[in-house]
Amino acid sequence: MQAAVVVFPGSNREVDAAKALEAAMGRPPEMVWNRDSELPKVDLIVVPGGFSYGDYLRCGAIAAHSPVLREVKARAKAGVAVLGICNGFQILTEAGLLPGVLLRNAGLGFVCRNVGLKVETSQSLFTSGYSEGQNLSIPVAHHDGNYFADDGMLDRLEEKGQIAFRYCDAAGGETKQANPNGSARNIAGVFNDTKNVLGLMPHPENAVEPLQGSTDGKALFKGIVEALS
Amino acid sequence: MNKPGGIGTSEPAITPQIVAEHGLTAEEYERVLSIMGRAPSITELGIFSVMWSEHCSYKSSRKWLRRLPTTGKVVIQGPGENAGVIDIGDGQAAIFKMESHNHPSFIEPYQGAATGVGGIMRDVFTMGARPIANLNALRFGAPDDPKTRHLLGGVVAGIGGYGNCMGVPTVGGEVNFHPAYNGNILVNAMTVGIADKNKIFYSKAAGVGNPVIYVGAKTGRDGIHGATMASAEFTEDSEEKRPTVQVGDPFTEKLLLEACLELMATDAIVAIQDMGAAGLTSSSVEMSSKGGLGIELELDRVPMRESGMTPYEIMLSESQERMLMVIKPEARQRAREIFEKWELDFAEIGQLTDGGHLVLKMNGRVYADMPVAPLVEQAPLYDRPHLPTPRAEAITATSLPARDPIASLLKLMGSADLCSRRWVWEQYDHLVMGQTVVRPGGDAAVVRLERGPKGLALTTDCTPRYCQADPKTGGAQAVAESWRNLTAVGARPLAITDNMNFGNPQRPEIMGQFVGCVEGIREACLALDYPVVSGNVSLYNETNGKGILPTPAIGGVGVIDDVGKATTIAFKGEGKAIILIGKTAGHLGCSLYLREIEGREEGAPPPVDLKAERAHGEFVRARIDARELSACHDLADGGLLVALAEMALAGNVGASIALPKDVPAHAFCFGEDQARYLVTVAKPKAEGLLSAARAAGIPAEILGETGGNALTLAGGNTISLSKLRAAHEGFLPALMNS
Repeated sequence: MQAAVVVFPGSNREVDAAKALEAAMGRPPEMVWNRDSELPKVDLIVVPGGFSYGDYLRCGAIAAHSPVLREVKARAKAGVAVLGICNGFQILTEAGLLPGVLLRNAGLGFVCRNVGLKVETSQSLFTSGYSEGQNLSIPVAHHDGNYFADDGMLDRLEEKGQIAFRYCDAAGGETKQANPNGSARNIAGVFNDTKNVLGLMPHPENAVEPLQGSTDGKALFKGIVEALS
Repeated sequence: MNKPGGIGTSEPAITPQIVAEHGLTAEEYERVLSIMGRAPSITELGIFSVMWSEHCSYKSSRKWLRRLPTTGKVVIQGPGENAGVIDIGDGQAAIFKMESHNHPSFIEPYQGAATGVGGIMRDVFTMGARPIANLNALRFGAPDDPKTRHLLGGVVAGIGGYGNCMGVPTVGGEVNFHPAYNGNILVNAMTVGIADKNKIFYSKAAGVGNPVIYVGAKTGRDGIHGATMASAEFTEDSEEKRPTVQVGDPFTEKLLLEACLELMATDAIVAIQDMGAAGLTSSSVEMSSKGGLGIELELDRVPMRESGMTPYEIMLSESQERMLMVIKPEARQRAREIFEKWELDFAEIGQLTDGGHLVLKMNGRVYADMPVAPLVEQAPLYDRPHLPTPRAEAITATSLPARDPIASLLKLMGSADLCSRRWVWEQYDHLVMGQTVVRPGGDAAVVRLERGPKGLALTTDCTPRYCQADPKTGGAQAVAESWRNLTAVGARPLAITDNMNFGNPQRPEIMGQFVGCVEGIREACLALDYPVVSGNVSLYNETNGKGILPTPAIGGVGVIDDVGKATTIAFKGEGKAIILIGKTAGHLGCSLYLREIEGREEGAPPPVDLKAERAHGEFVRARIDARELSACHDLADGGLLVALAEMALAGNVGASIALPKDVPAHAFCFGEDQARYLVTVAKPKAEGLLSAARAAGIPAEILGETGGNALTLAGGNTISLSKLRAAHEGFLPALMNS
């Protein structure tokens, strides 16, 4: 399996993502600078976290219009797996690859902490390493992670099984207290309708070894590698 | 010598009033005249003004700073460069410094704090290091002061806004509140970076004819005279100084960081210096003076954000995210390509000369022509009169009423200085880079180094109320606490950076505080083998003649060979023996108990026994290295019972302890005696630990054991963890949401 990590000016978790991928794949992914409109032929494209273009204008808005994103969109349409984490999630929604938008956190401030995350489905190439309903501990670190879509769209996403993760408490309850940013229906991650694109706000790449306080992110990368190999 | 062409044409003549507005005294101006041999141009006067400001010249503090120990086995570069450099083994160096941005943060908290973080990060990556961690030391006024919420909210958001975007984790720090900071908050920011020991970049220029390169953001009119502002007291009109605060752009700095590190991987750079305080002036003067050379700049080539800027404004601008470099001529093309890739300005603005003069030209006219060496070497140096702080009386525990320790504990845990700082550090990305092993909220943060398993332990510390009561003891205590915090996670403390925040040095009692603190720092550094490698002085922290508490903030760096051994404060499960290391006399003078419970701010601070400090620390560190301890916490603010509560809350495991008969309960529970740790071990190992301590001549006693979901004192007095947690976690959110 081959993977690429797309790097924008202002990306800052590209190395963390690359390390998690390398640990799962046994070799490093290719790092692709945003101005290279040539994307290597890969099975997985990761759009990492950070502050692409300083998050100026709107988080992810400028990156969503970069040449490399046109290529990412074409690949996604052709069925290549695309994973957007945090700022990557914001970029993919801005690019129209994923439904909904990410608003400023309800508490108005940046929030960095481990959150409880419930796996909504194991029926995807991204979540096959988990069991449905599994409760994970994964960190979030963002300022604009408040997922929003209108009720009609949220209903459709739920019907079609496009919710990947929800914020939950230790007992699995999808409570207001467990929701770090005010996301609609505690949504932390969503798929596109063909489930080859996943965006999520939490950082599974920062929960892959015991010293990081949780290894619950590991199965995401391992599952992807198994699904795509 | 060229006579600057600007004089008598577009530039104003120098009057005594203009000299005074530039913060120069009559004697200092006399010195300018004798160096120049004529009246300076306005541009030259501006350059003297900033170079001789307190901020840049350390004219009141230099004499005393020289007393600090700055050498040692691990020191590669002590004070005098952009940051200090220490050897951390395996061919690697840690590069770090702490710097204040107090005045700008009071005027404009978000931008002031953000640019403070940006500035200190530049100081570190200028030397070739990739920043791996940020810390800070913050002081605000009383929580109920009308400005405090605005300032706290803005500063925390600004620190997060800059550091988070840079992708450098903010892993630690301290926050205190006291009415003495109502009109002068303190924002001290620290950055730690890592470089290969043989790839460190310095600011000493070399090679006549070598090109001088400007990179980074464009120059605007922001921050002109920031260094001079930072060298004067505040008055009620300080709000009007808002235009002297710079505006930060962390996105540009992130690009600058990546571009600089990319260029540093080649051998293009001869010398490099960031443009911080006093911008292009101090960077060009420092580089040329260190190299014993002159420098000639064509100011029309400086990338400018706005039109019509004068040479004076260009030289004094403190626009952020800029660097000045001297490179090898043959590297021009390569260097330009790298900076253009990162979409940053790149301009060759001059060259090094052998004349020893700083020459500034614009549009073919000379605006300044002044000797470089005297600007630095003949900077004023003052031996200001200093009065020792009168000795404070000791407070005896028996003179205070006996009170229920549990009720006092609850009050203390929910007080401004002891409550949880979660509200603060959750706004900082403390996990980016994926190497944070011990997160904020403990004694010291631990970050693993790229190659692992080695890591650095980092902390910032100071107890200003001790420094106020007894500067020397307070200075020593700040260093000792920093050393203890690093030890408590299992690290070997290596070196410190100091950020000296004081009031007006022209008042003898303030200067006495400074001298006393330096003396205490010196003694502790020597006794603990813990040298000072970098630092910063911020004076004139006064508003309307009222000074802050003396606050020499200490940033400590230690190394731990295997981060897997790092110990945290959290209790790990039930049935562990709780052991107190160190002697408890029950010193309540200057304690938070005395302030919060008895409403008294007085008395002598706890004595600092550096010999005991070292012995106790080495004993604890050896136990951690042998993996004998399941938890460890240094005892400081609030004393023993507060530390116990913090350990219980962190681990969500309760504890029961007995109180000794020979010390009054309130003194034992809340005395702030130094050189102490609380540790836990598996019960069968407790006796072994005690006998090892006895053999080493170190006081140690079993206090009780972990278990349950409450803290219980022998005799049955108890409080649930949930009640403690509500008080502890509730204070800051309630304050900020009120």
